[in-house]
Amino acid sequence: MLDDDPPLTVRATPFECATTFARMKEYSAWRLAVEGLRGQSGWKPLWHSPELKPRYDVVIIGGGGHGLATAYYLAKVHGVTNVAVLERGWIGGGNSGRNTTVIRSNYYYPESIALFDLSMRLYEGLSAELNFNVMFSQRGIYVVGHSRHDMDTLARSVGAMRAHGLAVDLVDRTAISKALPALDLDHPVYPVLGGFRQARAGTARHDAVVWGYARAADRLGVDIFQNCEVQSFSKDEQGRITGVKTTRGPISARSVVMAVAGNSSTLADLAGFALPVTSYALQAFVTEPLKPVLDTVFMSTGTGLYVSQSDKGGLVFGGGLDLYPSYAQRGNLPVGAYTAGILAEHFPAFSRVRLLRQWAGVVDVVKDSSPILGETPVPGLYINAGWGTGGFKAIPAGGWLLAHHLATGRAHDVAAPFSYSRFQDGRLIDEAAGAGIAH
Amino acid sequence: MLLIECPFCGPRDEIEFRCGGQSHIQRPGPASQVPDAEWAAYLFERRNPRGMHFERWVHVAGCGQWFNLARDTTTHRIEAVYAMTDARPELAT
Repeated sequence: MLDDDPPLTVRATPFECATTFARMKEYSAWRLAVEGLRGQSGWKPLWHSPELKPRYDVVIIGGGGHGLATAYYLAKVHGVTNVAVLERGWIGGGNSGRNTTVIRSNYYYPESIALFDLSMRLYEGLSAELNFNVMFSQRGIYVVGHSRHDMDTLARSVGAMRAHGLAVDLVDRTAISKALPALDLDHPVYPVLGGFRQARAGTARHDAVVWGYARAADRLGVDIFQNCEVQSFSKDEQGRITGVKTTRGPISARSVVMAVAGNSSTLADLAGFALPVTSYALQAFVTEPLKPVLDTVFMSTGTGLYVSQSDKGGLVFGGGLDLYPSYAQRGNLPVGAYTAGILAEHFPAFSRVRLLRQWAGVVDVVKDSSPILGETPVPGLYINAGWGTGGFKAIPAGGWLLAHHLATGRAHDVAAPFSYSRFQDGRLIDEAAGAGIAH
Repeated sequence: MLLIECPFCGPRDEIEFRCGGQSHIQRPGPASQVPDAEWAAYLFERRNPRGMHFERWVHVAGCGQWFNLARDTTTHRIEAVYAMTDARPELAT
């Protein structure tokens, strides 16, 4: 354990609560009451629109969850506040705004469990930490199997997870039927034989995570620039990154971070190195709002379907990737039709529910289905990429770990196995095969 | 929905095909003389362009034959269909 490892949950201290009233900037019931009385006139924008400075200690490319979390932890934990976050579009407008918001840590390899459970622990304290309600609802997840082989795989996964200290339990049909009354347990092709449950898993509000990190980072002195695209990298004679050229002018920097899920390869091209990444479209769907019908997260290993019900009542669901390289954020019809169809197969009562929206995010899929965190072949350039279909759940950990690396000059113990160099060393973390789940 | 012109069976829906990823990858050798970095690049690194991509496809639900496509990854427009052993066509990328 290192000095800056997070406590199991991070909560506001009494001192911080006491200063709330004095500063009147924090969000609280008291503040809500006061603003109600004075006509909601005191609310301020969540972040400033600063002038671009010519030099920053750290420039972060990508104003999604991972980029903003990196900026926040750099400022909060390590005191590095001369940081710029550059976003080509608007913050949270990429995959942070296109995911299905599920947070879980049920992976297979110990390295992955350490990484995703760190993220879950940070999520558990995040609303208090950021003074922003990210609506993390730990409603649990049920992962079900449909054949003897599925059940063998699930038992093996649960054994591995429990051996590494993760609280997951195998559950039988009776328990699943009780938790998911709408689920068809006796489907002719996909009967539910059993499954496992992670009680701490859940969902959070994706926009709130982005806005919460942005507001908290901004208040610590981080500059956030939207509509600011990086056009090229500047390097010195030794090939070390010295800054970036943007649509709003050049910036010099000691270190540059790229956290641009979906576009990692194009930015790496610009910097002069290649990645073991392929970009695919991953579709997501939301139905019209319903009365409460599903109070947990459902996932099938056999069909790849996952579904939860949002606080607004819509069923948020998704499935597998469109299996050819794509940068189009729309998704193809066959996969969309299959995914919606399989929802109706698992939950016959949902077959008449109307689809409200469908969209796709472009995800970085790495050859071993694990992320890439840390240094790149270009000195001074750091990377946060390759989360595949599961980047949202990892936002706090991705930010925490890369901030540690930038501030201390070496990879955090949890992040070290996910280095870019693992493809040369052969130390792959093959979660695609290991976890037996769609991601 | 992509309409893919199989060189052997004619135009068919995309659901009959599987994409096999980037084409024209050369295996380095002889193996004993290839440095680790080059092996890693051969095994794992892919071009993954935003734009024209030269890729292998197989008609799994048809003739079972492999062939190459030149396809734009932003519009999904197919610009060329050519045989596995053909050279990459000259296209604006």
